[in-house]
Amino acid sequence: MADPIVFAEGLRKSFGDVQALRGLDLSVPRGRVCGVLGPNGAGKTTAVRILATLSDPDAGHARIAGYDVVRQAGEVRARIGLAGQHAAVDEKLTGRGNLRMFGRLSHLPRREAHRRADELLERFGLTDAADRQVAGYSGGMRRRLDLITSLILRPEVLFLDEPTTGLDPRSRGEIWDSVRELVADGTTVLLTTQYLDEADRLADDIAVVDQGRVIATGTPDELKATIGDRLDVVVEDPAALRSAATVLTTLAGTGPTTMDADRLSVALPGGGLRLADVVRELDRAGVAAADVRLRRPTLDEVFLRLTDRKEPVR
Amino acid sequence: MTALTSPTSRRLLWTFTDGLTLVGRELGRLRQNPGELVAALIFPAVMVVLFGYVFGSAIQVPGGGNYREYLMPGLFAMVTFLAVMGVMTRMATDAARGVMDRFRSMPMARSAVPFGQTGADSLTGLLSLAIMVGAGLLVGWRPHRGLIPTVEAFLLMMLLRYALSWVGAFVGLVVRDEQAADQFVPLFLPFTMLSNAFVPTGGMPGWLRFLSDWNPVSALTAASRRLFGNPGAPSGDLAWPLAHPVATVLLWSAALLLIFVPLSVRTYRRKGR
Repeated sequence: MADPIVFAEGLRKSFGDVQALRGLDLSVPRGRVCGVLGPNGAGKTTAVRILATLSDPDAGHARIAGYDVVRQAGEVRARIGLAGQHAAVDEKLTGRGNLRMFGRLSHLPRREAHRRADELLERFGLTDAADRQVAGYSGGMRRRLDLITSLILRPEVLFLDEPTTGLDPRSRGEIWDSVRELVADGTTVLLTTQYLDEADRLADDIAVVDQGRVIATGTPDELKATIGDRLDVVVEDPAALRSAATVLTTLAGTGPTTMDADRLSVALPGGGLRLADVVRELDRAGVAAADVRLRRPTLDEVFLRLTDRKEPVR
Repeated sequence: MTALTSPTSRRLLWTFTDGLTLVGRELGRLRQNPGELVAALIFPAVMVVLFGYVFGSAIQVPGGGNYREYLMPGLFAMVTFLAVMGVMTRMATDAARGVMDRFRSMPMARSAVPFGQTGADSLTGLLSLAIMVGAGLLVGWRPHRGLIPTVEAFLLMMLLRYALSWVGAFVGLVVRDEQAADQFVPLFLPFTMLSNAFVPTGGMPGWLRFLSDWNPVSALTAASRRLFGNPGAPSGDLAWPLAHPVATVLLWSAALLLIFVPLSVRTYRRKGR
Protein backbone atom coordinates (compact mmCIF):
# COMPACT_ATOMS: atom_id res chain seq x y z
CA MET A 1 0.00 0.00 0.00
CA ALA A 2 1.22 3.50 -0.81
CA ASP A 3 2.35 5.69 2.06
CA PRO A 4 -0.51 7.56 3.67
CA ILE A 5 -0.47 11.29 2.89
CA VAL A 6 -1.52 12.15 6.43
CA PHE A 7 0.16 10.14 9.11
CA ALA A 8 0.14 10.68 12.86
CA GLU A 9 1.45 8.42 15.55
CA GLY A 10 1.11 8.70 19.30
CA LEU A 11 0.23 12.41 19.33
CA ARG A 12 -0.03 13.82 22.83
CA LYS A 13 -0.86 17.34 23.88
CA SER A 14 -1.79 18.76 27.24
CA PHE A 15 -2.97 22.21 28.25
CA GLY A 16 -2.26 22.53 31.94
CA ASP A 17 -4.05 19.62 33.58
CA VAL A 18 -6.20 18.88 30.56
CA GLN A 19 -4.97 16.12 28.29
CA ALA A 20 -6.39 17.06 24.91
CA LEU A 21 -4.64 14.24 23.03
CA ARG A 22 -3.56 10.99 24.65
CA GLY A 23 -1.75 9.11 21.94
CA LEU A 24 -3.73 9.79 18.78
CA ASP A 25 -2.91 7.72 15.68
CA LEU A 26 -4.23 8.59 12.26
CA SER A 27 -3.53 7.49 8.73
CA VAL A 28 -5.23 8.85 5.63
CA PRO A 29 -4.48 7.44 2.17
CA ARG A 30 -4.12 9.92 -0.71
CA GLY A 31 -7.37 11.03 -2.34
CA ARG A 32 -9.67 9.90 0.46
CA VAL A 33 -11.99 11.86 2.70
CA CYS A 34 -11.33 11.01 6.31
CA GLY A 35 -13.97 12.06 8.78
CA VAL A 36 -12.70 12.62 12.30
CA LEU A 37 -15.80 12.25 14.38
CA GLY A 38 -16.09 13.06 18.02
CA PRO A 39 -17.92 15.08 20.65
CA ASN A 40 -16.84 18.56 21.75
CA GLY A 41 -13.59 18.38 23.64
CA ALA A 42 -12.56 15.05 22.10
CA GLY A 43 -9.36 16.60 20.75
CA LYS A 44 -10.36 16.99 17.09
CA THR A 45 -9.33 20.62 16.75
CA THR A 46 -6.09 20.08 18.66
CA ALA A 47 -5.19 17.28 16.27
CA VAL A 48 -5.92 19.43 13.21
CA ARG A 49 -3.88 22.31 14.63
CA ILE A 50 -0.89 20.04 15.07
CA LEU A 51 -1.24 18.58 11.56
CA ALA A 52 -1.56 22.11 10.11
CA THR A 53 1.67 23.22 11.90
CA LEU A 54 -0.15 25.66 14.17
CA SER A 55 0.76 23.81 17.32
CA ASP A 56 3.50 21.37 18.31
CA PRO A 57 2.72 18.01 19.94
CA ASP A 58 4.16 17.26 23.39
CA ALA A 59 4.96 13.74 22.15
CA GLY A 60 4.50 11.64 19.04
CA HIS A 61 5.03 12.75 15.47
CA ALA A 62 3.10 13.47 12.32
CA ARG A 63 3.90 13.73 8.63
CA ILE A 64 2.08 15.31 5.73
CA ALA A 65 3.12 13.96 2.32
CA GLY A 66 6.22 12.61 4.05
CA TYR A 67 7.22 15.94 5.65
CA ASP A 68 7.44 16.23 9.41
CA VAL A 69 4.98 18.82 10.73
CA VAL A 70 7.45 20.14 13.30
CA ARG A 71 10.84 19.99 11.57
CA GLN A 72 9.67 20.65 7.99
CA ALA A 73 6.77 22.97 8.68
CA GLY A 74 7.50 25.11 5.60
CA GLU A 75 7.19 22.12 3.25
CA VAL A 76 3.99 21.10 4.99
CA ARG A 77 2.48 24.60 4.72
CA ALA A 78 3.11 24.63 0.99
CA ARG A 79 0.93 21.51 0.64
CA ILE A 80 -2.01 22.10 2.94
CA GLY A 81 -5.11 24.22 3.13
CA LEU A 82 -6.97 24.95 6.34
CA ALA A 83 -10.54 26.06 6.77
CA GLY A 84 -11.39 26.38 10.39
CA GLN A 85 -14.39 26.92 12.59
CA HIS A 86 -14.09 30.66 12.04
CA ALA A 87 -14.64 32.26 8.71
CA ALA A 88 -11.01 33.37 8.73
CA VAL A 89 -11.29 36.17 6.19
CA ASP A 90 -11.10 39.93 6.39
CA GLU A 91 -14.67 41.13 6.85
CA LYS A 92 -13.85 44.61 5.68
CA LEU A 93 -12.62 43.50 2.28
CA THR A 94 -14.67 42.13 -0.59
CA GLY A 95 -14.69 38.42 -1.33
CA ARG A 96 -12.50 39.01 -4.37
CA GLY A 97 -10.21 41.28 -2.33
CA ASN A 98 -9.71 38.52 0.22
CA LEU A 99 -8.89 35.90 -2.39
CA ARG A 100 -6.44 38.22 -4.15
CA MET A 101 -4.75 39.12 -0.88
CA PHE A 102 -4.36 35.53 0.24
CA GLY A 103 -3.20 34.61 -3.26
CA ARG A 104 -0.48 37.24 -3.10
CA LEU A 105 0.48 36.06 0.38
CA SER A 106 0.79 32.57 -1.08
CA HIS A 107 3.39 34.10 -3.42
CA LEU A 108 1.40 33.80 -6.61
CA PRO A 109 2.35 36.48 -9.13
CA ARG A 110 -0.23 39.28 -9.17
CA ARG A 111 -1.85 38.27 -12.44
CA GLU A 112 -2.04 34.63 -11.39
CA ALA A 113 -3.51 35.58 -8.00
CA HIS A 114 -6.24 37.58 -9.74
CA ARG A 115 -6.95 34.82 -12.23
CA ARG A 116 -7.15 32.19 -9.50
CA ALA A 117 -9.51 34.38 -7.46
CA ASP A 118 -11.88 34.74 -10.43
CA GLU A 119 -11.70 31.05 -11.17
CA LEU A 120 -12.54 29.99 -7.60
CA LEU A 121 -15.36 32.52 -7.28
CA GLU A 122 -16.87 31.27 -10.52
CA ARG A 123 -16.52 27.63 -9.70
CA PHE A 124 -18.01 27.86 -6.23
CA GLY A 125 -20.84 30.20 -7.14
CA LEU A 126 -19.70 33.38 -5.44
CA THR A 127 -19.16 35.53 -8.53
CA ASP A 128 -22.31 37.61 -7.88
CA ALA A 129 -21.17 38.47 -4.36
CA ALA A 130 -17.49 38.82 -5.25
CA ASP A 131 -17.36 42.60 -5.11
CA ARG A 132 -19.43 43.01 -1.98
CA GLN A 133 -17.91 43.44 1.43
CA VAL A 134 -17.72 40.16 3.36
CA ALA A 135 -19.36 41.81 6.38
CA GLY A 136 -22.62 41.64 4.40
CA TYR A 137 -22.31 37.92 3.53
CA SER A 138 -24.55 35.26 5.05
CA GLY A 139 -22.97 32.66 7.34
CA GLY A 140 -22.98 30.08 4.56
CA MET A 141 -21.34 32.42 2.05
CA ARG A 142 -18.61 33.31 4.52
CA ARG A 143 -17.81 29.65 5.12
CA ARG A 144 -17.75 29.02 1.41
CA LEU A 145 -15.37 31.93 0.93
CA ASP A 146 -13.26 30.61 3.80
CA LEU A 147 -13.24 27.21 2.15
CA ILE A 148 -12.18 28.45 -1.27
CA THR A 149 -9.55 30.70 0.29
CA SER A 150 -7.86 27.54 1.51
CA LEU A 151 -7.88 26.20 -2.07
CA ILE A 152 -5.84 28.97 -3.68
CA LEU A 153 -2.66 26.92 -3.83
CA ARG A 154 -4.43 23.68 -4.85
CA PRO A 155 -3.50 21.93 -1.61
CA GLU A 156 -2.75 18.24 -1.58
CA VAL A 157 -4.41 17.97 1.80
CA LEU A 158 -7.31 20.09 2.95
CA PHE A 159 -8.16 20.30 6.65
CA LEU A 160 -11.75 21.21 7.34
CA ASP A 161 -12.34 21.80 11.01
CA GLU A 162 -16.09 21.58 11.61
CA PRO A 163 -16.88 23.36 8.34
CA THR A 164 -20.64 23.44 8.83
CA THR A 165 -21.06 24.00 12.55
CA GLY A 166 -23.76 26.59 13.08
CA LEU A 167 -24.97 26.65 9.48
CA ASP A 168 -28.54 26.18 8.29
CA PRO A 169 -29.32 22.97 6.36
CA ARG A 170 -29.20 24.62 2.96
CA SER A 171 -25.78 26.17 3.55
CA ARG A 172 -24.53 22.85 4.89
CA GLY A 173 -25.65 21.21 1.68
CA GLU A 174 -23.74 23.80 -0.34
CA ILE A 175 -20.56 23.21 1.64
CA TRP A 176 -21.01 19.47 1.16
CA ASP A 177 -21.33 19.94 -2.59
CA SER A 178 -18.16 22.02 -2.61
CA VAL A 179 -16.26 19.35 -0.70
CA ARG A 180 -17.44 16.66 -3.12
CA GLU A 181 -16.15 18.77 -6.01
CA LEU A 182 -12.72 18.92 -4.41
CA VAL A 183 -12.64 15.24 -3.83
CA ALA A 184 -13.39 14.71 -7.50
CA ASP A 185 -10.17 16.68 -8.17
CA GLY A 186 -8.22 14.23 -6.05
CA THR A 187 -7.69 16.42 -3.00
CA THR A 188 -7.29 14.52 0.24
CA VAL A 189 -9.66 15.88 2.84
CA LEU A 190 -9.47 15.55 6.58
CA LEU A 191 -12.78 16.67 7.98
CA THR A 192 -13.61 17.00 11.64
CA THR A 193 -17.23 17.06 12.58
CA GLN A 194 -19.60 16.43 15.41
CA TYR A 195 -22.42 15.78 12.97
CA LEU A 196 -22.80 12.10 12.28
CA ASP A 197 -24.80 12.59 9.12
CA GLU A 198 -22.05 14.83 7.76
CA ALA A 199 -19.44 12.13 8.30
CA ASP A 200 -21.80 9.54 6.85
CA ARG A 201 -22.37 11.54 3.68
CA LEU A 202 -18.89 12.86 3.01
CA ALA A 203 -16.35 10.52 4.49
CA ASP A 204 -14.80 7.46 2.87
CA ASP A 205 -13.23 6.52 6.19
CA ILE A 206 -14.14 7.55 9.67
CA ALA A 207 -11.98 7.80 12.75
CA VAL A 208 -14.04 8.06 15.90
CA VAL A 209 -12.20 10.16 18.47
CA ASP A 210 -13.05 10.28 22.13
CA GLN A 211 -11.02 11.73 24.99
CA GLY A 212 -7.93 12.31 22.90
CA ARG A 213 -7.59 9.03 21.10
CA VAL A 214 -9.02 7.18 18.13
CA ILE A 215 -11.36 4.52 19.44
CA ALA A 216 -12.53 3.08 16.12
CA THR A 217 -11.78 3.39 12.42
CA GLY A 218 -13.39 2.09 9.27
CA THR A 219 -15.74 2.97 6.48
CA PRO A 220 -19.21 4.03 7.62
CA ASP A 221 -20.50 0.58 6.57
CA GLU A 222 -17.78 -1.24 8.46
CA LEU A 223 -18.49 0.75 11.59
CA LYS A 224 -22.18 0.04 11.28
CA ALA A 225 -21.49 -3.64 10.77
CA THR A 226 -19.61 -3.80 14.07
CA ILE A 227 -22.81 -3.33 16.03
CA GLY A 228 -25.05 -5.43 13.80
CA ASP A 229 -28.43 -4.73 12.26
CA ARG A 230 -31.34 -3.17 14.08
CA LEU A 231 -34.92 -4.25 14.43
CA ASP A 232 -37.54 -1.51 14.83
CA VAL A 233 -41.04 -2.35 16.01
CA VAL A 234 -43.98 0.05 16.16
CA VAL A 235 -46.95 -1.17 18.21
CA GLU A 236 -50.54 -0.13 17.60
CA ASP A 237 -51.37 0.28 21.29
CA PRO A 238 -48.71 1.98 23.43
CA ALA A 239 -49.89 -0.10 26.40
CA ALA A 240 -48.52 -3.19 24.66
CA LEU A 241 -44.98 -1.78 24.47
CA ARG A 242 -43.78 -3.64 27.56
CA SER A 243 -44.98 -7.02 26.29
CA ALA A 244 -43.33 -6.29 22.94
CA ALA A 245 -40.08 -5.48 24.73
CA THR A 246 -40.21 -8.81 26.57
CA VAL A 247 -40.74 -10.71 23.34
CA LEU A 248 -37.88 -8.95 21.58
CA THR A 249 -35.52 -9.37 24.54
CA THR A 250 -36.12 -13.12 24.44
CA LEU A 251 -35.56 -13.28 20.69
CA ALA A 252 -32.51 -11.00 20.43
CA GLY A 253 -30.85 -11.88 23.69
CA THR A 254 -30.47 -8.20 24.67
CA GLY A 255 -32.85 -5.50 25.80
CA PRO A 256 -34.09 -2.73 23.49
CA THR A 257 -31.64 0.15 23.02
CA THR A 258 -34.32 2.78 22.59
CA MET A 259 -37.97 2.91 23.58
CA ASP A 260 -40.39 5.68 22.71
CA ALA A 261 -44.13 5.93 23.27
CA ASP A 262 -45.10 3.36 20.66
CA ARG A 263 -41.83 2.14 19.18
CA LEU A 264 -38.71 0.31 20.23
CA SER A 265 -35.44 -0.65 18.66
CA VAL A 266 -33.23 -3.62 19.42
CA ALA A 267 -29.76 -4.68 18.30
CA LEU A 268 -29.77 -8.02 16.52
CA PRO A 269 -27.31 -10.79 17.31
CA GLY A 270 -24.63 -11.69 14.77
CA GLY A 271 -26.73 -14.39 13.08
CA GLY A 272 -29.71 -12.09 12.68
CA LEU A 273 -33.35 -12.98 12.95
CA ARG A 274 -36.05 -13.91 10.52
CA LEU A 275 -38.70 -11.23 10.28
CA ALA A 276 -41.37 -13.95 10.13
CA ASP A 277 -40.28 -15.28 13.54
CA VAL A 278 -40.56 -11.83 15.08
CA VAL A 279 -44.06 -11.27 13.72
CA ARG A 280 -45.20 -14.72 14.88
CA GLU A 281 -43.82 -14.30 18.42
CA LEU A 282 -45.38 -10.84 18.76
CA ASP A 283 -48.68 -12.23 17.57
CA ARG A 284 -48.49 -15.11 20.05
CA ALA A 285 -47.94 -12.58 22.88
CA GLY A 286 -51.04 -10.66 21.73
CA VAL A 287 -49.12 -7.58 20.54
CA ALA A 288 -50.56 -5.88 17.48
CA ALA A 289 -47.59 -4.53 15.49
CA ALA A 290 -48.15 -1.55 13.20
CA ASP A 291 -44.71 -1.91 11.67
CA VAL A 292 -41.79 -4.30 11.96
CA ARG A 293 -38.61 -3.68 10.00
CA LEU A 294 -34.97 -4.62 9.82
CA ARG A 295 -32.46 -1.87 9.08
CA ARG A 296 -28.79 -0.97 9.19
CA PRO A 297 -27.80 0.96 12.29
CA THR A 298 -27.24 4.69 12.02
CA LEU A 299 -23.85 6.20 12.81
CA ASP A 300 -25.48 7.76 15.86
CA GLU A 301 -26.08 4.31 17.26
CA VAL A 302 -22.54 3.23 16.42
CA PHE A 303 -21.21 6.34 18.07
CA LEU A 304 -23.31 5.90 21.20
CA ARG A 305 -22.19 2.32 21.52
CA LEU A 306 -18.52 3.22 21.00
CA THR A 307 -18.41 6.16 23.35
CA ASP A 308 -20.85 4.59 25.78
CA ARG A 309 -22.88 7.74 26.15
CA LYS A 310 -26.50 8.08 27.10
CA GLU A 311 -27.31 11.03 24.86
CA PRO A 312 -26.71 11.36 21.15
CA VAL A 313 -23.89 13.76 20.46
CA ARG A 314 -25.16 16.85 18.73
CA MET B 1 20.19 36.69 -9.55
CA THR B 2 22.02 34.10 -7.48
CA ALA B 3 21.47 36.37 -4.48
CA LEU B 4 17.71 36.07 -4.92
CA THR B 5 17.74 32.31 -5.05
CA SER B 6 19.50 31.79 -1.73
CA PRO B 7 16.99 30.91 0.97
CA THR B 8 17.90 33.87 3.19
CA SER B 9 17.50 36.55 0.56
CA ARG B 10 14.35 34.91 -0.73
CA ARG B 11 12.96 35.03 2.79
CA LEU B 12 13.88 38.70 3.05
CA LEU B 13 12.24 39.42 -0.27
CA TRP B 14 9.11 37.60 0.85
CA THR B 15 9.03 39.49 4.13
CA PHE B 16 9.11 42.66 2.07
CA THR B 17 6.54 41.68 -0.56
CA ASP B 18 4.21 40.04 1.99
CA GLY B 19 4.47 43.19 4.07
CA LEU B 20 3.52 45.24 1.00
CA THR B 21 0.53 43.00 0.39
CA LEU B 22 -0.64 43.66 3.94
CA VAL B 23 -0.20 47.39 3.38
CA GLY B 24 -2.34 46.96 0.25
CA ARG B 25 -4.90 45.20 2.42
CA GLU B 26 -5.17 48.32 4.56
CA LEU B 27 -5.78 50.43 1.46
CA GLY B 28 -8.43 47.97 0.31
CA ARG B 29 -10.17 48.24 3.68
CA LEU B 30 -10.20 52.02 3.47
CA ARG B 31 -11.62 51.88 -0.03
CA GLN B 32 -14.40 49.57 1.15
CA ASN B 33 -15.10 51.63 4.26
CA PRO B 34 -15.11 55.27 3.28
CA GLY B 35 -16.92 55.91 6.55
CA GLU B 36 -13.74 55.16 8.47
CA LEU B 37 -11.90 57.65 6.31
CA VAL B 38 -14.52 60.29 7.06
CA ALA B 39 -14.23 59.53 10.78
CA ALA B 40 -10.46 59.85 10.46
CA LEU B 41 -11.04 63.25 8.85
CA ILE B 42 -13.50 64.45 11.44
CA PHE B 43 -11.57 63.41 14.54
CA PRO B 44 -8.69 65.87 14.13
CA ALA B 45 -11.08 68.64 13.15
CA VAL B 46 -13.10 68.04 16.31
CA MET B 47 -9.94 68.01 18.42
CA VAL B 48 -8.73 71.25 16.91
CA VAL B 49 -12.04 72.98 17.54
CA LEU B 50 -12.53 71.47 20.99
CA PHE B 51 -9.11 72.26 22.33
CA GLY B 52 -8.28 75.27 20.20
CA TYR B 53 -11.45 77.24 20.86
CA VAL B 54 -13.08 75.71 23.96
CA PHE B 55 -10.02 75.25 26.17
CA GLY B 56 -8.01 77.83 24.30
CA SER B 57 -10.36 80.61 25.31
CA ALA B 58 -9.33 80.11 28.95
CA ILE B 59 -5.67 79.11 28.74
CA GLN B 60 -2.71 81.48 28.87
CA VAL B 61 0.27 80.31 26.86
CA PRO B 62 3.45 80.66 28.93
CA GLY B 63 5.56 83.40 27.40
CA GLY B 64 2.56 84.62 25.39
CA GLY B 65 1.44 83.61 21.94
CA ASN B 66 -1.55 82.10 20.18
CA TYR B 67 -2.97 79.03 21.98
CA ARG B 68 -3.74 77.26 18.71
CA GLU B 69 -0.10 77.61 17.68
CA TYR B 70 0.77 76.16 21.09
CA LEU B 71 -1.82 73.39 20.74
CA MET B 72 -1.02 71.91 17.32
CA PRO B 73 2.27 70.22 18.30
CA GLY B 74 0.36 68.61 21.18
CA LEU B 75 -2.35 67.33 18.83
CA PHE B 76 0.29 66.01 16.45
CA ALA B 77 1.76 64.08 19.38
CA MET B 78 -1.66 62.78 20.39
CA VAL B 79 -2.40 61.51 16.89
CA THR B 80 1.04 59.88 16.83
CA PHE B 81 0.17 57.85 19.91
CA LEU B 82 -3.04 56.60 18.27
CA ALA B 83 -0.78 54.13 16.44
CA VAL B 84 -0.75 51.89 19.51
CA MET B 85 -4.52 51.55 19.48
CA GLY B 86 -4.88 51.00 15.75
CA VAL B 87 -2.30 48.24 15.41
CA MET B 88 -3.33 46.58 18.66
CA THR B 89 -6.96 46.35 17.58
CA ARG B 90 -6.13 45.03 14.11
CA MET B 91 -3.76 42.37 15.43
CA ALA B 92 -6.18 41.27 18.14
CA THR B 93 -9.06 41.09 15.63
CA ASP B 94 -7.03 38.95 13.23
CA ALA B 95 -6.04 36.66 16.08
CA ALA B 96 -9.58 36.36 17.40
CA ARG B 97 -11.16 35.69 13.98
CA GLY B 98 -8.71 32.99 12.94
CA VAL B 99 -7.12 35.16 10.22
CA MET B 100 -3.80 34.94 12.09
CA ASP B 101 -4.03 31.14 12.05
CA ARG B 102 -4.63 31.24 8.32
CA PHE B 103 -1.51 33.39 7.89
CA ARG B 104 0.45 30.97 10.06
CA SER B 105 -0.68 27.92 8.11
CA MET B 106 0.39 29.51 4.81
CA PRO B 107 3.88 29.44 3.34
CA MET B 108 4.36 33.13 4.18
CA ALA B 109 7.48 34.75 5.58
CA ARG B 110 7.16 34.43 9.32
CA SER B 111 7.96 38.06 10.13
CA ALA B 112 5.79 39.49 7.39
CA VAL B 113 2.64 39.88 9.48
CA PRO B 114 4.01 42.13 12.25
CA PHE B 115 6.18 44.05 9.76
CA GLY B 116 3.27 44.40 7.35
CA GLN B 117 0.81 45.59 9.99
CA THR B 118 3.19 48.16 11.43
CA GLY B 119 4.15 49.28 7.93
CA ALA B 120 0.47 49.67 7.05
CA ASP B 121 0.02 51.79 10.15
CA SER B 122 2.77 54.15 9.01
CA LEU B 123 0.76 54.73 5.87
CA THR B 124 -2.39 55.46 7.87
CA GLY B 125 -0.23 57.67 10.06
CA LEU B 126 0.98 59.74 7.14
CA LEU B 127 -2.59 60.23 6.04
CA SER B 128 -3.84 61.35 9.45
CA LEU B 129 -0.82 63.61 9.86
CA ALA B 130 -1.62 65.25 6.53
CA ILE B 131 -5.21 65.83 7.63
CA MET B 132 -4.02 67.24 10.94
CA VAL B 133 -1.64 69.62 9.16
CA GLY B 134 -4.52 70.81 7.00
CA ALA B 135 -6.70 71.40 10.06
CA GLY B 136 -3.85 73.22 11.78
CA LEU B 137 -3.20 75.50 8.83
CA LEU B 138 -6.90 76.35 8.73
CA VAL B 139 -6.93 77.59 12.33
CA GLY B 140 -3.77 79.65 11.94
CA TRP B 141 -0.98 77.30 12.98
CA ARG B 142 2.28 77.77 11.02
CA PRO B 143 5.77 76.27 11.17
CA HIS B 144 8.11 79.26 11.52
CA ARG B 145 11.61 77.91 11.15
CA GLY B 146 11.80 76.88 7.52
CA LEU B 147 11.72 73.63 5.63
CA ILE B 148 14.46 71.55 7.26
CA PRO B 149 13.33 71.81 10.90
CA THR B 150 9.72 71.28 9.79
CA VAL B 151 10.60 68.09 7.94
CA GLU B 152 12.67 67.01 10.94
CA ALA B 153 9.67 67.42 13.21
CA PHE B 154 7.45 65.28 10.98
CA LEU B 155 10.17 62.63 10.62
CA LEU B 156 10.46 62.52 14.39
CA MET B 157 6.69 61.97 14.69
CA MET B 158 6.72 59.21 12.08
CA LEU B 159 9.69 57.51 13.74
CA LEU B 160 8.07 57.48 17.15
CA ARG B 161 4.79 56.42 15.59
CA TYR B 162 6.48 53.46 13.93
CA ALA B 163 8.09 52.45 17.22
CA LEU B 164 4.76 52.80 19.03
CA SER B 165 2.98 50.68 16.45
CA TRP B 166 5.23 47.78 17.52
CA VAL B 167 4.01 48.21 21.08
CA GLY B 168 0.48 47.90 19.72
CA ALA B 169 1.45 44.84 17.68
CA PHE B 170 2.84 43.13 20.76
CA VAL B 171 -0.14 43.90 22.98
CA GLY B 172 -2.55 42.81 20.24
CA LEU B 173 -0.71 39.51 19.79
CA VAL B 174 -0.78 38.87 23.52
CA VAL B 175 -4.44 39.68 24.19
CA ARG B 176 -5.71 37.93 20.99
CA ASP B 177 -9.18 39.26 21.59
CA GLU B 178 -10.82 42.38 20.18
CA GLN B 179 -12.94 43.00 23.25
CA ALA B 180 -9.94 42.78 25.55
CA ALA B 181 -8.06 45.14 23.25
CA ASP B 182 -10.92 47.62 23.46
CA GLN B 183 -10.48 47.74 27.23
CA PHE B 184 -7.20 49.56 26.69
CA VAL B 185 -8.72 52.38 24.66
CA PRO B 186 -9.96 54.51 27.62
CA LEU B 187 -6.38 54.64 28.93
CA PHE B 188 -5.40 56.57 25.86
CA LEU B 189 -6.88 59.93 26.79
CA PRO B 190 -5.41 60.31 30.31
CA PHE B 191 -2.05 59.10 29.02
CA THR B 192 -1.84 61.73 26.29
CA MET B 193 -3.32 64.47 28.48
CA LEU B 194 -0.92 63.88 31.33
CA SER B 195 1.66 65.90 29.44
CA ASN B 196 2.48 69.35 28.20
CA ALA B 197 0.42 68.75 25.04
CA PHE B 198 -2.57 70.88 26.00
CA VAL B 199 -1.65 72.87 29.07
CA PRO B 200 1.58 74.15 30.58
CA THR B 201 2.83 71.77 33.27
CA GLY B 202 4.05 74.53 35.60
CA GLY B 203 0.84 74.54 37.60
CA MET B 204 0.66 70.76 38.17
CA PRO B 205 1.41 69.27 41.60
CA GLY B 206 5.01 68.01 41.84
CA TRP B 207 4.38 64.29 41.38
CA LEU B 208 2.05 64.83 38.44
CA ARG B 209 4.52 67.20 36.88
CA PHE B 210 7.23 64.56 37.23
CA LEU B 211 5.08 62.01 35.34
CA SER B 212 4.21 64.58 32.72
CA ASP B 213 7.84 65.65 32.22
CA TRP B 214 8.93 62.07 31.58
CA ASN B 215 5.92 61.17 29.43
CA PRO B 216 7.13 60.65 25.83
CA VAL B 217 4.08 62.63 24.68
CA SER B 218 5.66 65.66 26.36
CA ALA B 219 9.03 65.10 24.72
CA LEU B 220 7.46 64.82 21.26
CA THR B 221 5.34 67.92 21.88
CA ALA B 222 8.32 69.92 23.15
CA ALA B 223 10.49 68.75 20.25
CA SER B 224 7.93 69.78 17.66
CA ARG B 225 7.28 73.14 19.34
CA ARG B 226 10.98 73.79 19.16
CA LEU B 227 11.35 72.62 15.54
CA PHE B 228 8.23 74.45 14.33
CA GLY B 229 9.12 77.55 16.31
CA ASN B 230 5.71 77.49 18.02
CA PRO B 231 5.14 79.24 21.34
CA GLY B 232 5.49 77.47 24.67
CA ALA B 233 8.93 75.97 24.04
CA PRO B 234 10.04 75.25 27.59
CA SER B 235 12.66 77.35 29.29
CA GLY B 236 14.25 77.66 32.70
CA ASP B 237 15.09 74.78 35.05
CA LEU B 238 13.87 71.74 33.09
CA ALA B 239 13.76 68.00 33.56
CA TRP B 240 16.26 66.30 31.22
CA PRO B 241 13.70 65.01 28.69
CA LEU B 242 12.30 68.51 28.18
CA ALA B 243 15.72 70.13 27.98
CA HIS B 244 16.67 67.61 25.26
CA PRO B 245 13.34 66.75 23.62
CA VAL B 246 14.70 65.63 20.25
CA ALA B 247 17.26 63.30 21.82
CA THR B 248 14.54 61.98 24.16
CA VAL B 249 12.23 61.12 21.27
CA LEU B 250 15.09 59.38 19.45
CA LEU B 251 15.96 57.41 22.58
CA TRP B 252 12.33 56.42 23.21
CA SER B 253 11.96 55.27 19.60
CA ALA B 254 15.17 53.25 19.67
CA ALA B 255 14.31 51.66 23.01
CA LEU B 256 10.76 50.73 21.94
CA LEU B 257 11.98 49.26 18.65
CA LEU B 258 14.77 47.29 20.34
CA ILE B 259 12.34 45.81 22.83
CA PHE B 260 9.13 45.35 20.90
CA VAL B 261 10.29 44.30 17.43
CA PRO B 262 11.97 41.08 18.64
CA LEU B 263 9.25 40.51 21.23
CA SER B 264 6.43 40.85 18.71
CA VAL B 265 8.13 38.73 16.05
CA ARG B 266 8.80 36.03 18.61
CA THR B 267 5.26 36.12 19.94
CA TYR B 268 3.89 35.86 16.41
CA ARG B 269 6.09 32.88 15.60
CA ARG B 270 5.40 31.10 18.85
CA LYS B 271 2.90 28.37 18.32
CA GLY B 272 -0.31 28.72 20.17
CA ARG B 273 -2.84 26.32 21.54
